[in-house]
Amino acid sequence: MGAIITVTNLVKDFRLGEVATHVLKGISFEVARGSFVSIMGPSGSGKSTLMNILGCLDVPTSGTYLLDGVNVGALDSDALAELRSRRIGFVFQQFHLLARTSAAENVELPLLYTDTPARERRERARRALAAVGLAEREHHQPSQLSGGQQQRVAIARALVNDPALILADEPTGALDTRMGLEIMAIFQRLNRDAGITLVMVTHDPDIAGYGQRILHCRDGRVHRDEAVDHPGDAAADLAGLAPDEDAAVERSA
Amino acid sequence: MKLFTSARIAVRALRVNRARSILTMLGIVIGVAAVIAMVGVGAGATERIQQQIQSIGSNLIIVLPGSISTNGVRLGAGAVVTLTTDDAKAIVAECPSVALAVPTVRGGAQVVAGSNNWATTVQGVTPDYATIRDYTMLLGQFFTTPDVEAAAKVAVLGETVAGNLFGDVNPTGQVVIIKNVPFTVSGVLTPKGQSPTGQDQDDVILVPITTATQKLLGANKANARAVGGIMVQALSPAAMDQAIDEISALLRERHRIQPGSEDDFSIRNLTEVFSAQETSAQVMAILLGAIASVSLIVGGIGIMNIMLVSVTERTREIGLRLAVGAKRTHILSQFLVEAITLSALGGIIGIAVGVAASIAISSFARWSTHLSLLSIAASFWFSAMVGVFFGYYPARKAAFLNPIEALRYE
Repeated sequence: MGAIITVTNLVKDFRLGEVATHVLKGISFEVARGSFVSIMGPSGSGKSTLMNILGCLDVPTSGTYLLDGVNVGALDSDALAELRSRRIGFVFQQFHLLARTSAAENVELPLLYTDTPARERRERARRALAAVGLAEREHHQPSQLSGGQQQRVAIARALVNDPALILADEPTGALDTRMGLEIMAIFQRLNRDAGITLVMVTHDPDIAGYGQRILHCRDGRVHRDEAVDHPGDAAADLAGLAPDEDAAVERSA
Repeated sequence: MKLFTSARIAVRALRVNRARSILTMLGIVIGVAAVIAMVGVGAGATERIQQQIQSIGSNLIIVLPGSISTNGVRLGAGAVVTLTTDDAKAIVAECPSVALAVPTVRGGAQVVAGSNNWATTVQGVTPDYATIRDYTMLLGQFFTTPDVEAAAKVAVLGETVAGNLFGDVNPTGQVVIIKNVPFTVSGVLTPKGQSPTGQDQDDVILVPITTATQKLLGANKANARAVGGIMVQALSPAAMDQAIDEISALLRERHRIQPGSEDDFSIRNLTEVFSAQETSAQVMAILLGAIASVSLIVGGIGIMNIMLVSVTERTREIGLRLAVGAKRTHILSQFLVEAITLSALGGIIGIAVGVAASIAISSFARWSTHLSLLSIAASFWFSAMVGVFFGYYPARKAAFLNPIEALRYE
């Protein structure tokens, strides 16, 4: 198991006129293939900037980032887009689904940019939706789905390109506990069964505890790198929750 | 990504915002329709004037007698009779660029047939006149050269005269009395309608020029062969100037005018006079088209406006597309295709509306319009170009959004 992410002495400055803000002040770490890593830290600690660089949406000011052995810093915007479409799946706090567009079409979206034939697009979107337990909802629009279901559509969208790496930025931030646990259960299952590497930013220490390792960021540096001895089991925790009335109504519907 | 996929994404986006798309398209619809209708009206007007010019006859030159000056007093053209039928014969015989020359005299007369009477113009001409003026016969025949030689009392009626004197009766063979002289009607001319100057070209009676000078209009005391003018047809449009030079030289020689003295005749190129009108009609057509294209440009600005709004509104969507692997060219083509779809669709509807408007204008306003395939194709092409031109800026703006900021955009 090699490292899928190797970050060495990563520095990111933002320049506003004369004043340069040092957001990342030399971060180095590796993420092993097939692991589930949480990143925690207060606002302004640079964790969002780190996620943007890991997601190939931004490039570092200095330092190197190797994704699967590819030096991301040397790529132009088209090559970065290519990398994003083939290697990375994104899950956002706000889901970012296209309104008035069916779940299946939302999931198909990344495939539009990789010249995938329409038939294959539909097939893969259906499989990805099935993987997050939403096979029945492929024709529903986001407004007809609950928050948790919307996030699961978003996860299906992240999965559809068979990425090596899924980056999740506060995936449970807009969800209640039950829905958050549902998401964590899916993440753990994908990590365990499909061997997908997961890197997740979160505020919530309980959520972070479902990963195998927690990187604590503070002031642009990795402040503490903590291995989680006994990661929580989200599926078990979900089953242990008191039966939820809303969910019951939804199941019967 | 294939263009087809771009088009599908674009059409989806347009369908999602249906009302807005339709309103945006309306600008282009009106623009294209206005261009087609206005160009049609302009082309119709030009065509009408061309028809009128053709009704006068082609390659026409008119030679008029006078003006001469006597002791510094200059008299108007035609004030003194200087042209004769012999001049007309000489012009045909000696000017190589001239096809035909017809001497004419004209005068007003009250014409009587049975219980009807009518005031009209009587023209004395030769049979070649029908050829020069491109007259055809509605009924009967034109009079002949022997008629002219014999100063026969035969007349050819214009359709207006025929209608006023005889109503529905066939006038051929009937008798009309012009200034107390009975004439036999030999035929009726096919109507020509208005001349470019607005005269009724059918309100006329044609008689042999010999008959006219000897029996109707009164012989000129000084010269019995004097005529009111000579109508000349050049061999071709290109020979017009050459013909004028030849006629001028010939007449100066025949009239013994010393070098340096003024001509005692004047020569007019009729085609030239009326082609000025044609030019003005064309200018009007261009002007109408130009005004209409302004509305097309305004429609284009409408598209740009909506596309800019749409880019702003969909900033997060663009951010998401970039995040999941869309390249800048993907975003650029998506928004460009959206703009072009709007304008091209608007163009097609505009063509339909414009064609309908042209037909409506010609039937209700009785104004001839002329639809050309070229103007239709041109305005469709132009409307698509409007989409490219006004869609490019918003599309570029969308393509170069920073995905991180776009995703965070509220």
